[in-house]
Amino acid sequence: MDYFAQQAINALQLGSIYALIALGYSLVYGVLTMINFAHGDLFMVGAFFCFLLEKMIRVPFWLALLLTMLGTSLLGVLLELCAYRPIRHAPRVSAMITALGCGLIIENITLALSPYPRHMPTLIKNSITSFHGITISSLQLVVIGISLLLMILLDFIIRFTRFGIAMRALSSDRLMVSLLGIPANRIISMTFALGAALGGAAGLLYALSYPVISSSMGMLIGWKAFVAAVIGGIGNIRGALLGAYLLGATEIITVSLLPSTYRDLVAYSLLLLVLVFKPYGILGQPQVVRS
Amino acid sequence: MILNDYLIFILITLIINAILCLSLNLVNGYMGEFSVGHAAFMALGAYSSAIITVKIAPTLPPLFLFPMAVLIGGATAALAGIPLAFLSFKTRGDYLAIITLAFLMIVKSGLENISYVGASRGFLGIPHLTNLPWTLFWGVVCFLCLRNFIYSKWGRCIMAIREDEIAAEAMGVATRSAKMMTFMISSFVAGVAGALFAHQLQFINPSSFDILKSTDILVMVYLGGVASLSGSLAGATIFTLLNQLLQPLGIWRMVVMPFLLVLLMLFRPRGIMGFREWSWVKIHRDRSDH
Repeated sequence: MDYFAQQAINALQLGSIYALIALGYSLVYGVLTMINFAHGDLFMVGAFFCFLLEKMIRVPFWLALLLTMLGTSLLGVLLELCAYRPIRHAPRVSAMITALGCGLIIENITLALSPYPRHMPTLIKNSITSFHGITISSLQLVVIGISLLLMILLDFIIRFTRFGIAMRALSSDRLMVSLLGIPANRIISMTFALGAALGGAAGLLYALSYPVISSSMGMLIGWKAFVAAVIGGIGNIRGALLGAYLLGATEIITVSLLPSTYRDLVAYSLLLLVLVFKPYGILGQPQVVRS
Repeated sequence: MILNDYLIFILITLIINAILCLSLNLVNGYMGEFSVGHAAFMALGAYSSAIITVKIAPTLPPLFLFPMAVLIGGATAALAGIPLAFLSFKTRGDYLAIITLAFLMIVKSGLENISYVGASRGFLGIPHLTNLPWTLFWGVVCFLCLRNFIYSKWGRCIMAIREDEIAAEAMGVATRSAKMMTFMISSFVAGVAGALFAHQLQFINPSSFDILKSTDILVMVYLGGVASLSGSLAGATIFTLLNQLLQPLGIWRMVVMPFLLVLLMLFRPRGIMGFREWSWVKIHRDRSDH
């Protein structure tokens, strides 16, 4: 029983990180119905940004978190402004390819600047608490706690603020919203900022939990989070959370039963299985085809 | 001899790239779906042909063995295209793209776990059977087959599906058969390219068929031009030559390529030869034949 509780905590930790990234995919998809393939790389940039902060000026954890979120959100806005806005009315495929290209640019620039994996310094004093035979490290508590906090904050923003209401309106009818005088461009930029900030936070938390960071983690972890978003139903916030924790749990179970090389195989098979039976994800709605 | 080993290597790579590009253009350009999983078909072709030449029949004379291995590689890939075609009956667009991505990842991580083919260490000791005449032969065969397919009834069917699937179905286009054929032919051709690739490099490992390989093929297709055979040839040529010319840049070359892709999407989203053909590629029919 203890073993399962222990694995449940591990799954919660991994799932929380996936959830933060998956939310970024879902937010952008909800507003623009476009898959932002570069989002995983924003997550990677978040980890590297935090690494640089700690190497150059040692800042406390809270400040590092805030600065990282600020940095990645700026990058997210820049990405939207330079690459996605000019092709917003182009065919969907163009947008998808542009996003894929932007992701590769960010990843390969990082690879060129830092060809070797880096070791992340510790930011939080890691103490281990034992509770009825289940051990929880303070790091795990921080990761899960901060993720939950950010999710609650996001929920609050989406539900109650003017920005959140405008965002939801935008995702249901983009044309009408512009006619009603809501600054659609500003809302879209802010959505990108919000998603990228969550991605950056996830990057930091990931780097603290599994402290080797490399330029390929955007592809390895970011795409996994994308899988989570799709499993839950992309564009759906609750779906993203559901998918992320489901994927986290599946991966932890896989790793504890099989050799760890089966991890990707099981994760992507789960995705395929879900899409075969629920083509729009567990909580997703079918896309309405507009001409 | 003007052709030294380096030039021959470049030429073979160019032709393999052109085959891949033609194959992806059939699905992405002519049928209008978005597949990011073509590296998976290539991997299946490469691995199954390598199994033939290394494990099953290494003693057969190469003149007989190699075409057989290439055909079996293509056939394996075509078989793998069937489930994807079935899935494409139900889903389109973004979700089909995701399914092809999942398919790619499953094939890649599946191969990483099969120790019979060397798992993630890679498949060693593949004989060097790919040479310029063979590659040229397969390149021409694939090109002619695809050209005939595109100018056939089925080619018109898949273009109708691209423009409007519901309308096409209402007009009596057998959308399912057309999709099935397209996926199978496209993956067969990709499998052929994979088999040639494996017997050129003599070493394959699962990570040489990851999403980056798919992205390379995508770059070629959208650089050269969607829904254009000439574009595929042009795209593969420009991509291969540029890749060689940019060698001095080192890792930064990998920044230039996607940057080029993004610029292309911003300023010329259909690519250089999108929806157009050089005249020698076209099949001209005399109307009085009917």
